[in-house]
Amino acid sequence: MNFKLRIWRQRDAKSRGKLVKYDAPDIPAQASLLEMLDIVNERLLLRGEEPIAFDSDCREGICGTCSLTVNGEAHGPDHPGAACELYMRKFRDGETIIVEPFRVKSFPVIKDLVIDRSALDRIVQAGGFISARAGSAPEANSIPIPKHDADLSMEAAACIGCGACAAACPNASAMLFTAAKVSHLALLPQGEPERTKRVVSMVQAMDAEGFGNCTNTYECEAVCPAEISASFIAKLNREYSKASLRRSAGE
Amino acid sequence: MIDQKSEPQSAAAATVRTKPRGLISDFCHSSVGRKMIVAVTGVILILFVIGHLLGNLQIFLGPEWINAYSQHLRDLGPLLWLIRAFLLTTVILHIYFTILLAIENRRARPERYIDRQYVKASWASRHMVVSGLVVLAFIIFHLLHFTGRKFNPQFPLLKLDPLNRYDVYSMMVYGFQNVYVSSFYIVGLFLLTLHLTHGSSSFFQSLGLNNQRLTPRLAIGGRILAWLLFIGYTSIPIAVLLGFIKPAQQL
Repeated sequence: MNFKLRIWRQRDAKSRGKLVKYDAPDIPAQASLLEMLDIVNERLLLRGEEPIAFDSDCREGICGTCSLTVNGEAHGPDHPGAACELYMRKFRDGETIIVEPFRVKSFPVIKDLVIDRSALDRIVQAGGFISARAGSAPEANSIPIPKHDADLSMEAAACIGCGACAAACPNASAMLFTAAKVSHLALLPQGEPERTKRVVSMVQAMDAEGFGNCTNTYECEAVCPAEISASFIAKLNREYSKASLRRSAGE
Repeated sequence: MIDQKSEPQSAAAATVRTKPRGLISDFCHSSVGRKMIVAVTGVILILFVIGHLLGNLQIFLGPEWINAYSQHLRDLGPLLWLIRAFLLTTVILHIYFTILLAIENRRARPERYIDRQYVKASWASRHMVVSGLVVLAFIIFHLLHFTGRKFNPQFPLLKLDPLNRYDVYSMMVYGFQNVYVSSFYIVGLFLLTLHLTHGSSSFFQSLGLNNQRLTPRLAIGGRILAWLLFIGYTSIPIAVLLGFIKPAQQL
């Protein structure tokens, strides 16, 4: 297959970037978008030009490292799935493909298509964990958990932290990410002791990072490669109001 | 290699507050809390819009009904002013917090996407500020028009009805006989309807009063409510323009 590419090139965090045109002829239809970029990069190297910088790791949709906006959609037009799971056969032969980084102020561009998503790590550091005694794994059924809660918790825990929710949100809000991280612990007995503090600190950290605010457009859940439902945002809102009430009662 | 020193710095970790700045203040400064204020004030305004329509539809029952209704409202005296003050406060809070959120949302994405496609976010959900501001302009005009009795040369000439009540019936008919005025009402109501197609289900999400099963049903219900309101409200100027309703007194 043959493609015309327009790819965001930016030398470093401080310089201004722009879209640069590339021709990508003879691309196998079974190549993923990232493999197509690999092929283009090899050809650039042979010509002595600087290859396009982009992030990737597992290339099977489970690590959340790739972070490309393809033709105006986070992770490209084949939802659900990360950019590494987007195959070139999904495009028309001869199509122009525009690749940009995730554009969120809190995800500054480091180079070309590579962005810094440590803002998400700092939200998790604010409370997205359990301060539990370290030790060997406990007996599997020592804490009974209803099936429904376990399933719901697992759905939230499927978040791979790629940041596509914030990238796709018209307001660059990271609510879906934060909601998933708050919810998967709030649904389990292990998360119960720190439930109040967790949601308040994580929302505070999210706000402090400069993300936008959720306006319930549900664009996030439409692009989420892990299919996290926006109803977890409603859960986050519930958790937050409960926590505010508990704190006002002095708990 | 990324140079540690040039890595984009975030002040977030340092600015996360460990001590509450006062619970109400904390709530009003958080993205989730602000959204809830917008949601609660929004619900109050939706209830007002429904009640206002039910009151106004009495025009189809004849002058006795609607004139008696407006006399009842006036007879409330100080209570009427209390209700007006409450509604005004609600509108101001709704707008104030929305604008605060909207400014943050703009700042959260300083560099726009060059190519942007929306998968799920509706036009109405992405243009709440614009539709809201047009509705605000409409409300101001509407209050000056029918409460302040401006813009219409016939209003000062209106006599009291046979039971010595203000003839609201004839005022509405003369007011809507002007095609330009009626058109502006219909445009204003159309924008209000768009605002409510998103707003009337969005508040369930902001207040955490939904789940995965309810959300799509609420979205449909919200759209139906918004369009029913549109049909109900616009039926009045359209009935007047088509001559189905004639003034109770000739001037």
